[in-house]
Amino acid sequence: MTAFDPRRIREEFPALHQQVHGRPLVFLDSAASAQKPRAVLDALLRVYSHDYANIHRGVYELSQRATAAFEAAREKVQRFLGAAEAREIVFVRGTTEAINLVASSFGRANVGEGDEVLVTHMEHHSNIVPWQLLCQERGARLRVAPVDDRGELRLEELEKLLTPRTRIAAVTHVSNALGTVNPVREIARLAHAQGIPVLVDGAQAVPHGRVDVRELDCDFYAFSGHKLFGPSGVGVLYGKARHLEAMPPYQGGGEMILDVRFEGTTFKGIPHKFEAGTPDIAGVVGLGAALDWLSALDREAVAAFEHELLEYGSEALSSVPGLRLVGTAREKIAVLSFVLDGIHPHDIGTILDREGVAVRTGHHCAQPLMERFGVPATARASLALYNSREDLDALVRGLHRVREVFA
Amino acid sequence: MSELRELYQSVILDHHRHPRNQGVPEGANRKASGVNPLCGDKVTVHLAVADDVVRAAGFEGSGCAISTASASLMTQAIQGRSLAEVERLFKRFRELVTSKAGAEAERDGLGKLAVFGGVREFPVRVKCATLAWHAMRSALRAAGETVSTE
Repeated sequence: MTAFDPRRIREEFPALHQQVHGRPLVFLDSAASAQKPRAVLDALLRVYSHDYANIHRGVYELSQRATAAFEAAREKVQRFLGAAEAREIVFVRGTTEAINLVASSFGRANVGEGDEVLVTHMEHHSNIVPWQLLCQERGARLRVAPVDDRGELRLEELEKLLTPRTRIAAVTHVSNALGTVNPVREIARLAHAQGIPVLVDGAQAVPHGRVDVRELDCDFYAFSGHKLFGPSGVGVLYGKARHLEAMPPYQGGGEMILDVRFEGTTFKGIPHKFEAGTPDIAGVVGLGAALDWLSALDREAVAAFEHELLEYGSEALSSVPGLRLVGTAREKIAVLSFVLDGIHPHDIGTILDREGVAVRTGHHCAQPLMERFGVPATARASLALYNSREDLDALVRGLHRVREVFA
Repeated sequence: MSELRELYQSVILDHHRHPRNQGVPEGANRKASGVNPLCGDKVTVHLAVADDVVRAAGFEGSGCAISTASASLMTQAIQGRSLAEVERLFKRFRELVTSKAGAEAERDGLGKLAVFGGVREFPVRVKCATLAWHAMRSALRAAGETVSTE
């Protein structure tokens, strides 16, 4: 393991070293998607330059090499998540597809009329809409666990919403809009006490700390490669083997079958049963490279560094007149969501962009949460291990600029 | 900075802070909403139309400075105009905020709406500037269906 040196890390990200609108880029939108280290870019180039062919079918050398790299990435994900077996790792397009897979396959098999699905008020649309569609189709009911003014889950209320009709609880590990870290281990314990399985949306959690699915004891865990410094277009669904085995296929096609006849088809075992069609081969290998790269870092030191940035940023932003932070949970990752008196986030975003500062503005695919906090939208600065205090200083300078323009 | 000043001209900031024609005008008989899924902004345009003339116009909803000022200035600009004139004005306005060249010529006949000329340098903000206009046209088509910027 190499010691964590933030300045050296930054050097590994080519995209961060450029100018926009004549100013050095300050990238503060990693919660939407993270930039890629050289190690991942090199891996992608290597796959396509040397080891690329379709997987799981060619008898020739190149296909075998590609297959080996693909399956090696599955084992890397297994280790990264602390899963019991590699066959519990299903490659999908991203978190959204992972949740849709569970809603569609597990949901259709287990959720019926009058049943309930529990989500929280701080979910990303991708952990709301698939369940809503399922509930509409099945005549089931979507229940929503509330959030307090700090942006923390009200656990005692969540517990009350776990009923004999609840078929699954789907909760985010970390809120994309607020940064709140949820006590998913405790939620899993409460749900399991009533025999209810738990899906965890880990998209925002995995880039910021170690995750162990057996420690959390969740039934499903989903994340995207692109937020984890890997390529876009690839993601992971972890599922306990006994769930995955019992679930019907999600999509039909090649790769997922053992034997196809017009009278009927037999499917492969897990995880291949859920991987119809040619997958994003290079993407999966690139994700494996991202995990190698990340795992070589002292992740405790990374988390401590990011937490220090969060504290520095929270204080720096509070010095801006008229600024209000949205989401002040005690357990938070480095996400700073805020509004400025009388200035719409869209205008903030446009002016910051001209200063070279990239932030996300809008509802962050969490409209119910925005409504909960009485704002149509926020501006959000989300940090990663390659950010610095200087980036936050640039943000604050930019916000003073915003106030000047609107003065 | 000059492009930002061009975008956020004082007329735009004024209409953002003090929007004109907010609410439902008397005799309103047409309405439609516009949503921008990118930011969740929503504007509802109300029109009182008689004899193919927009007698009064108003709007509800709030958004960024550009979309609010655009709705405000639009309601002023279309009042008293025939439907054919309103359609011509819309086309000129759309041209103003999207076209790359010939800035000055296009501003003729637009009156105060010319302040939106700076939007062309900010392509992602064109939707903000045209949201109320699209809602207004939907209202005129009498269908009144919600329009989206997407």
